[in-house]
Amino acid sequence: MADTTTARPTGNNGHLREALDDDEVRRPLSLVERVRQAVAGQARDRVPVADLDERDPDWIRERLPGLWLAASVWFRGEVRGLGNIPEEGPVLLVGNHSGGNMTPDSGVFILAFSTYFGVERRFHQLAHNLVVSMPGLGFLRKFGTVAASHENAEQALRSGAALLVYPGGDHEVHRPSWEGNTINFDGRRGFVRLALEHDVPIVPVVAIGGQETALFLSRGEGLSKLLGLDRLLRLKVLPISIAIPWGLNVGDVLGHVPLPAKITIEVLPAIHLREQFGAGGAEIDIDEVYDHVTATMQETLDALASERRLPIIG
Amino acid sequence: MRVGAQIDVAAPPELVWGWVTDPARTLHFMAGVTRWEVVSEHDRGLGARYRTLMRVGSAEVGGLVETVEYDEPFDIAWTSVTGLDQRGRWRLRPSGPNRTRVELRICYGVAGAGITGWLAEHVAAPTVRENLRRSLMELRRQVEHEQARARAAARRAAAGRAAVPH
Repeated sequence: MADTTTARPTGNNGHLREALDDDEVRRPLSLVERVRQAVAGQARDRVPVADLDERDPDWIRERLPGLWLAASVWFRGEVRGLGNIPEEGPVLLVGNHSGGNMTPDSGVFILAFSTYFGVERRFHQLAHNLVVSMPGLGFLRKFGTVAASHENAEQALRSGAALLVYPGGDHEVHRPSWEGNTINFDGRRGFVRLALEHDVPIVPVVAIGGQETALFLSRGEGLSKLLGLDRLLRLKVLPISIAIPWGLNVGDVLGHVPLPAKITIEVLPAIHLREQFGAGGAEIDIDEVYDHVTATMQETLDALASERRLPIIG
Repeated sequence: MRVGAQIDVAAPPELVWGWVTDPARTLHFMAGVTRWEVVSEHDRGLGARYRTLMRVGSAEVGGLVETVEYDEPFDIAWTSVTGLDQRGRWRLRPSGPNRTRVELRICYGVAGAGITGWLAEHVAAPTVRENLRRSLMELRRQVEHEQARARAAARRAAAGRAAVPH
């Protein structure tokens, strides 16, 4: 899942032209460059245009037992504080997530939200373009997952949905295991602007345990840059981990079998930006809100970490 | 999946009925239940609706339920309107002088969930069954405690009357 600030519009071939500067368009392209552009075009063309109607409540309902089994038996998931989410209306759920491309904490939270409020309540999640366009992962759209872009986020909030975003995106999810208990959104503040524009409360969702489902060694940012993946696929990372069944796992493209680490999630009280940061009609400082949200989440993450005695076991 | 539990309570059915039909008391004795909120005009009786949740494994499951049978003081049954498919029943029967046999049953599942649904129902069953068993034990403790308090109050009142000189 990914950030809203780094996402580009999800239209069709416009991306390719945006990605090139004028000089590149004018001069004859080398074979390598043409192949690179073709791959980029293919990858971007596969990004589905968000259609919120693809979310299928009945389908979700039928999948809940499977999710419940995975969450309860494998991850021993525990979700606290769901009562902090407003009972109705649009709300921006801002979470940290972990576990490479598998992100078990997302599954545990989607299950908990869907059973607590019922599948009838509109609930969407933003994910990296590649996640929703990857062959075999189309089912995520039925869960309400849409490609991360500002337009899709706005569309979801306008529809009155609860929207789950993970501002840290791939930068966060592939962080080394020894940084597992750190909130790291890489400075992405788009969620604050989004909440302000739509005047919706921010509800922080803090998760722990996901980064113990494999041994994450490096984000591989240098490797990604070297291979040009940041420009091709918006992939700023090419993570390196040790995971089942691959052993050394570069890229985590095919996912991995996550270790059965205990996942604990705590939902914090809603933050009403205009009430808390804009008293008397004062202009709201985006940085101040960002710092407040991340600091509050870090405090909670530290408290959750102090409850854990052993890795994986919890 | 159907699970149930039963217990004998040293109180008449009418008293037990007052406990099991009062939504304000439900959270005080129902183990694992995290929400039992009235969402209809009437808080009890045929057609009364409640938003319910029970913690089972890593989720709070439940949904909106509606009372579909209300036969005072013997039977009350509910069925789900949204959420998990469920049907529940309190069954109270006299089992002796001033005693009641109390049975609590719940049938639950998710229609259309296939093999994972079947598996989840069976994996969840021990937790649900234990919740029902603990709920009945707590119900018995609270009802009998209330009985004992009422008897003690009656004895004190009688002793007070006897002590007053005529």
